[in-house]
Amino acid sequence: MSNKRYVARSTAIAARVLGDETMVMSAVNSTLFTLDEVATVIWESADGATPLEDIVTNKICTQYDIAPEIALKDAEGLVEGLAEHGLVVLSDKPITQPTTSHGVNK
Amino acid sequence: MSDLFLEMTAKALKLNVPISAHLDLTYRCNERCVHCYLDHHDHGEMTTAEIKDLLDQMAEAGVFYLTISGGEIMMRRDFFEILEHARLRTFCIKLKTNGILIRKQEADRIKALGVESVQVSIYSHIPEVHDAITKLPGSLVQSIEAMRRLRAHGIQITIANVLMVQNVNDFEGVRALAAELGAKFTMDPTITPMMDGDRAVLDLNVDEAKLREVFRNQSLILEPIEEVCAPPLGPGEEDMDQLPCSAGHTACYVSPYGDVYPCVQFPLPSGNVRQMKFIDIWRDSPQLNEVRGITLRDMPSCSKCTHGVTCTRCPGLAYMEGNMRGPSYQDCEKSFARTGIPSENLKARKASSLPRHSVQLVQIQGLQPAAGSMTAQAMESSQLSA
Repeated sequence: MSNKRYVARSTAIAARVLGDETMVMSAVNSTLFTLDEVATVIWESADGATPLEDIVTNKICTQYDIAPEIALKDAEGLVEGLAEHGLVVLSDKPITQPTTSHGVNK
Repeated sequence: MSDLFLEMTAKALKLNVPISAHLDLTYRCNERCVHCYLDHHDHGEMTTAEIKDLLDQMAEAGVFYLTISGGEIMMRRDFFEILEHARLRTFCIKLKTNGILIRKQEADRIKALGVESVQVSIYSHIPEVHDAITKLPGSLVQSIEAMRRLRAHGIQITIANVLMVQNVNDFEGVRALAAELGAKFTMDPTITPMMDGDRAVLDLNVDEAKLREVFRNQSLILEPIEEVCAPPLGPGEEDMDQLPCSAGHTACYVSPYGDVYPCVQFPLPSGNVRQMKFIDIWRDSPQLNEVRGITLRDMPSCSKCTHGVTCTRCPGLAYMEGNMRGPSYQDCEKSFARTGIPSENLKARKASSLPRHSVQLVQIQGLQPAAGSMTAQAMESSQLSA
């Protein structure tokens, strides 16, 4: 059984990269968030097809001096926080459909 | 405005990113509002493909907040195709509409496309007053019905109430309507000249006494009245590098014909997206760069005026009066109504006995494709004076 997690950006958001940050606004309640440089890398890689673990291994650990297990733990905390605000959808399977719902797909 | 919004805007300013853009899809409209500044004829609107390409360019340039307006946006048969494309480009989208063409199906699609908010102009809670301003019988009822449909979907609504002589006593009623609908309420007491240079419309501006009454109505103003209406201290040296507003700095306007201006109220032609890339206009337009270079220090009258820091001076209105570094007479009047203290400009006018609105006017115009001139024409306002 796979314990991989997949993360996909919600389609019900507004987002734009500004310098080394990303602005994200929830269409649900118009709350504005900013993602820092590392979070932006995860955000941009959140295509629903790439496991979070692979994003961390291939995009974070290759660019930043951080242990994979710590990076993955941080990344999981980040995407769970984003999911709580409806900015991303999480699933234990690849996400192929456009996603507008809150929280976690099972 | 949230701290985060201000922080992001400051960052956009530093990076020279147009974080906000206002795009008018059309000047055509199904209403004929008495105070409207637009020419409602179609003089060659951008095609669907041109607008989609522009949206791609805007997203690439960093535009985040996108206001889609008109005219009446729903007059474009391709409106939802454009909106869908804007959604794909992940803009934070605000629509301005009168709502008359928004039925259930349209409300459903607006909801599905994740529009952040919709602004509807309501002039009065009294149908006869509102409809006389829009010149469209039944328009108030239809606009309210549209707002109810949108609210039923949880879409954020803002009612914009433009104050003029016809509806001067109705803003409390409109605000109550907004509360009933669960909508935000904003009021603007400024009527601007028409695109063709006609200033007769300025006669619709409310008089000074009413303006004073509005500014002293605590229920309309967030800050304590005593602070808002207090005599200003005047600018100090530390204020001299202050920028006038976001126009041309972090925001711009694009007309249905592709003309780029610093702001919808600042008709300085700065380029056309049919001739140049949006980002090249934004970065290299001599006109936008001139606007960016102006600080309070560069404004001969305003930098010496006691209202220099607290005034709501609109550089676009100042430009339309003939000098983007000069004062805006309408804002001088507002500062006076608010504080009872005349601006330097008003004092000078009083000394020269110039009548109200007898100022030079710059006519709004787009770029002429063949001429290549980017200079706005000045025209005498002799036939236009109030």
